[in-house]
Amino acid sequence: MAESILIGCGAGFSGDRVDAAQAIVKTLISRQKKSVLIFEMLAERTLALGQLAKNQNAQLGYEPLLEDILTPILKDCVAHHIPIVSNFGAANPSGAARLIQKLAKEQDIHHLKIAVIEGDDILNKINLSELQIWEGDLELSISADDPIAANVYIGAESIAQALTQGAQIVVTGRVADPALTVGPVVEHFDWGWQDWDKIAAATMAGHLLECGSQVTGGYFADPGYKDVPDLANVGFPIAEIFEDGRVIISKADNTGGLVSIQTVKEQLLYEIHDPANYYTPDVILDITQVALTETGHNQVELTGAKGKPRPDTLKATVSFMGSWFGEGEISYAGQNAGNRAKLAANVLKERADKLDARFDYRLDLIGAVSVLDSNKADLLASMPLNQLTDVRVRMAVNGADKKNVERLMNEVNALYCCGPAGGGGVRTSVKSSVRTVSYLVPRSLISTHFHFIQEN
Amino acid sequence: MANLIVKLHDIAHARAGDKGNRLNISLIPYDGTHWPALLEQITAEKVHQCFMHRGATHVQRYELHNLKALNFVIDNVLEGGVNSSLNLDKHGKSNSFRLLDLEVTI
Repeated sequence: MAESILIGCGAGFSGDRVDAAQAIVKTLISRQKKSVLIFEMLAERTLALGQLAKNQNAQLGYEPLLEDILTPILKDCVAHHIPIVSNFGAANPSGAARLIQKLAKEQDIHHLKIAVIEGDDILNKINLSELQIWEGDLELSISADDPIAANVYIGAESIAQALTQGAQIVVTGRVADPALTVGPVVEHFDWGWQDWDKIAAATMAGHLLECGSQVTGGYFADPGYKDVPDLANVGFPIAEIFEDGRVIISKADNTGGLVSIQTVKEQLLYEIHDPANYYTPDVILDITQVALTETGHNQVELTGAKGKPRPDTLKATVSFMGSWFGEGEISYAGQNAGNRAKLAANVLKERADKLDARFDYRLDLIGAVSVLDSNKADLLASMPLNQLTDVRVRMAVNGADKKNVERLMNEVNALYCCGPAGGGGVRTSVKSSVRTVSYLVPRSLISTHFHFIQEN
Repeated sequence: MANLIVKLHDIAHARAGDKGNRLNISLIPYDGTHWPALLEQITAEKVHQCFMHRGATHVQRYELHNLKALNFVIDNVLEGGVNSSLNLDKHGKSNSFRLLDLEVTI
């Protein structure tokens, strides 16, 4: 049996199930191999939300669910030498590390070595106007406002260094999602950072793990076509990576879900554009030669990941305060519901167009057609409404002025009395939004490093 | 043997993912024997037509012969994406099932 390392993933986004990691940790312990537990918890705008929280309270800005996630598993991980690597530091990795220290003390865990990775935060350090905008965002209008957060997707080197020096917990802010896997794997095998095919294999494993249950039956079930056993208890994934670059995907023992050629193919291509050139800070991954084999029940092996030298630029997500976003809904049901709902939408349109104010809005008839339609409701136009018996009218508004957005939400509310017959169940909300723009940053401008948090 | 016209949903599965205002949708046949039909019939142009109403400006099709999978990258289809879309589904995750509504001859 070739030497290998197990990487278990306990979360795929901020807000994921807080009890998912316990089954992973149990499984890692029982397999009795070198193991690492990762949590991927940073979507594009999560970090901006963290920055806003930190502006309110300098102690905050890390993953809000951190305590709930770590409390049940910290002691077992430490006792069984399973390092935890995660970007749950978000906008405040040091703050997260201090909280973990406090949790450790409460559980009588002493001398926990917690490493904090830094270097991703470029807010006020780099002039954005000198940077190139990422090609997918070229058509976005660029805000003249000051950004609220600016973070580079950094690579895995500092994570590996921290682990080499004995880190039991590695807390990062923004890193490329696969780096959470690449760091521990490269450290374990002591691979060179220019061994591109090996780095590619670890990156592919990280890519499959980074959305948690999306490779084990989550975001997959389609009853009668793609059935998933016990979806309510879907297990989270474990990747076993071998010295020769082979990867085996499996999942936590005694859980629901499914690992199959189909789940792995779907997740392998998830958020991939050119499959021969998937850019990450550590390697450009090519999955076009990858072969999949089912090697056991809920077990799929991948071979053939290829790597090309890492890019000279890194991607950065820069966040700005966006506009005000309002959503209001009202239901119509029973006889002629479709036509009453359409009339309600027409009333809202007329009222909105009468207002002398600048905003964008959209109207949906949920139950007829909504999420697949365009802002102009092209699909709705050819949709027969006569047979519909349960329809919810939805108005969504974006506007710079909160008052205007609130006024339109009042219009939805007013349909109770002023709208068609039998309208009920109005809900409205108005929220501020964060918008993001991706930039490309020359690697030479970024330096990453780590330090251990001292015990108080 | 007579040709049969079926929905893509009957012979293939798909998954959507977003980055900014760009959507990618993978398309994977359940049975490898249907791979040539997908390759031949589910062209970038056909997928572009399918999302024209949303303002899609360009569709790139990538062929993964080893995995027997297609990957469609659809530009500017999310009406602003997570940033500013007014759609209930800002990420466009539901659009994989619009693709699966296309017909294919097998």
